[in-house]
Amino acid sequence: MSDSILFQALIYLAAAVLCVPVAKRLGLGSVLGYLLAGVIIGPDVLGLVGNAGHVMHFAEFGVVMMLFLVGLELKPSTVWQLRRPIFGLGGMQVAGTAALVTGAGLALGFSWQVALAVGMVLAMSSTAIVLQSLGEKGLLKTEGGQASFSVLLFQDLSVIPILAVFPLLAAGAAVVGAPAQGARPGWLQGLLILGAVGLIVVAGRTVVRPLFRFLAGTRLREVFTAFALFLVVSIAWLMQQVGLSPALGTFLAGVVLAESEYRHELESDIEPFKGLLLGLFFISVGAEIDFHLIAEAPLRIAGLLVGVIALKAVSMLGFSRIFKLDRPARWLVSVGLSQVGEFAFVLISFGQASAVFGDEVAKPLVAVVALSMLVTPALFVLLERVILPRVTAGAAKREHDAVAHDDAQVVVAGFGRVGQVVARMLRMSGFGVTVLDLDPEMVDLLRRLGQKVYYGDASRLDLLVSAGCEKAKLFVLCIDEPDKSMEVAELVRRHFPKLPILARARNRQHYIRLWTLGIRDIIRETMGSSLELSEHALRNLGVRAHTAHRIANRWRAHDEKALLDMMKFVGGPDRNAFFAEARKAMENFEKTMREELQGTTGQPDKGWDNESLRNEANARFAAVQAQAAKASESSTTTSTT
Amino acid sequence: MADPRRILILLAHPVLERSRVNRRLADAVKDLPGVTVHDLYEAYPSMNIDVKREQALLLEHDVVVLQHPFYWYSAPAIIKEWLDLVLEHGWAYGQHGKALAGKLALNVISTGGPDFAYRPDGFNRFTMRQLLAPFDQTFHLCQMKYLAPFVVHAAMRVETDEDIKPHVRAYAALLASLRDGTLDLNQAMAAQRLNDGAFTPQPAGNA
Ligand SMILES: Cc1cc2nc3c(=O)[nH]c(=O)nc-3n(C[C@H](O)[C@H](O)[C@H](O)COP(=O)(O)O)c2cc1C
Repeated sequence: MSDSILFQALIYLAAAVLCVPVAKRLGLGSVLGYLLAGVIIGPDVLGLVGNAGHVMHFAEFGVVMMLFLVGLELKPSTVWQLRRPIFGLGGMQVAGTAALVTGAGLALGFSWQVALAVGMVLAMSSTAIVLQSLGEKGLLKTEGGQASFSVLLFQDLSVIPILAVFPLLAAGAAVVGAPAQGARPGWLQGLLILGAVGLIVVAGRTVVRPLFRFLAGTRLREVFTAFALFLVVSIAWLMQQVGLSPALGTFLAGVVLAESEYRHELESDIEPFKGLLLGLFFISVGAEIDFHLIAEAPLRIAGLLVGVIALKAVSMLGFSRIFKLDRPARWLVSVGLSQVGEFAFVLISFGQASAVFGDEVAKPLVAVVALSMLVTPALFVLLERVILPRVTAGAAKREHDAVAHDDAQVVVAGFGRVGQVVARMLRMSGFGVTVLDLDPEMVDLLRRLGQKVYYGDASRLDLLVSAGCEKAKLFVLCIDEPDKSMEVAELVRRHFPKLPILARARNRQHYIRLWTLGIRDIIRETMGSSLELSEHALRNLGVRAHTAHRIANRWRAHDEKALLDMMKFVGGPDRNAFFAEARKAMENFEKTMREELQGTTGQPDKGWDNESLRNEANARFAAVQAQAAKASESSTTTSTT
Repeated sequence: MADPRRILILLAHPVLERSRVNRRLADAVKDLPGVTVHDLYEAYPSMNIDVKREQALLLEHDVVVLQHPFYWYSAPAIIKEWLDLVLEHGWAYGQHGKALAGKLALNVISTGGPDFAYRPDGFNRFTMRQLLAPFDQTFHLCQMKYLAPFVVHAAMRVETDEDIKPHVRAYAALLASLRDGTLDLNQAMAAQRLNDGAFTPQPAGNA
């Protein structure tokens, strides 16, 4: 009964549905939720599932799909841009970590073959967990996220040569061929790989698109989905046949299709499968953990676990420093990639099969790997809540985007409700606009809506430079938070003294601070809307639209004048004088407005007024009348006489 | 008999709430069948004229009445803005601009000056028709028939509803005859003005 597929599915799904939302609610991320679900249904807690190994095998396909999706989000140009972190940093991480672990293994008395094999196993990090977590937290596009991604990509690539090397490490064994590739001579193998990669690239550009078009034309959604799955599965299979990692192949296919118009459909078709399979994968990792082993030697396992994580993190801090990542990015790759990944499971079982090492090495290794994955979400929480805020200037939780173009005529800092309107209006009027914003969710959302927005702290000089401040004609400061806004304003004034700043002021104090800095083009953020609101209120009360409009305009003008009168005394030696002047300006303003609105000094817009004209005209008329009356009187007199 | 003409009154008064003449005139005719009163300053408080909407309105009507006080021998600013933006080349005039051809147009005006001031020997030196020449030619260029104006002179003298009554009556009658096609258009185009019995101060014998 408990072996039926339905029952298994029931258990897995129930565990996922119960654990994942709880973990997410607690801010732990979905990966930890799945892992815990696995632990709970695993043999050592509830024992609802037996050997999860076969499930894991199936679930590994989730990783393949994930890389396909990752590829879809990357354009070939981006991959090319990342070649340095991929091969440089990635290469250094794999080689360096393997070397360090080998040294440690030798010190612990293992043979060099075993030590090296374990070293290569432990160099792997978890693509699945890291990318999923980074994606969930919106950190993927940051410098640290890109570095993590690059290193993971290199690790995935290096699995292939590692698999080739393992048999050579086997004690005395010379001919335990690696699967699929051992049988063929090297040149043929190379040719096959080239052919397969070429096939993917060429087919991706030529055959797949018309096929998608054709299928999309049928309007049968499931056929489209089936084809998307077919595409991924067939590439994975092809890659396996030529001895490449399926994940790598699908990644490549993703990149090739990244620029096709069906990208988003593909994404949304594959996404749920990927999510479920990855979930399944994590659950099976959780269920794999051998708690008996841990219970037997808890200290040893714990020591190993801490040792491995510390070694990976510390060495990575060093590597990333060599590659000049900035501080938050260094911490992100180092802590982020400190676990051992799913490929380690593959390598461990292969190592056993190739007789590189036996159970006594493999079993604790599996436990350590699984536990390291289990603690990763917790490390991410630590990273996000404790480490990153410390190592990042200000409160930014996220790395800064590399700003792509520097030909912008206008730089808009802050893409909130105000900045959005400004940036869009300028852009639609044909100006090149670069927008910087600090809210990662906002940036992601707007990016998804197709807006060109960069995540970045506008108070960083390098970012301002790459945003084009040196050439820009205008800097529009739309940041709402006064302190942040001032920080940016000061930086721009100092480093780009010729760049005119147009600033949004949150309130009067903010206005004064901006003014003190020498900025004269300052817009009070609530002025426009309060005037508009008043204008509409007047209209609702029966005042004519045009009259209400003019009242509001006049209000604005007088208010501005009062403010400028005040500003003349800002920054003077005598603060009291300033306040006295400020009060005077306010009083003047109120007096003028009251008089105008209540008509004490005559109505506003006197030009349209005809009262005085009327008086004059009527007086003249009265005079004419009086004269006429007199004339008629005298005429009557004459007639009587 | 042809269909009744539809009449569009473009009312332009920047402070209609303080108006004595134009407000009363507009109130008196706004409910007449076939008449649409379009209060420009109310519709465009910041003078942001919606050209498409205005053109559509023009197409829906057969007679365009510009009703406004006489300001500096012309119309309040929004009328000018309206003419500048709405009468587009290629639409209202020009080789392909025939949208308004055949429609009628006239000004309905209140002036401060009395009628005898608008004479060659009066202190305004020109007649109303002379002063309105720019409108005359504007509508002529649009191939419309420009009729003589309806003028309420000596608007300052209007104090009460009673004072305006003759004008209101005359105005309503004029619109009705325009709508029903009972007005002789040739005469109306040639006339000095379309109202008779205009309210003019009588220097003597006033009750
Ligand atoms: C700015 C302005 C300009 C005026 N120009 C003239 C003018 O040129 N000739 C004239 O006879 N009356 C002129 N007047 C008087 C107005 O025509 C008169 O006040 C108006 O017709 C009264 O109409 P109402 O009661 O609807 O406002 C002018 C009035 C104002 C306010």
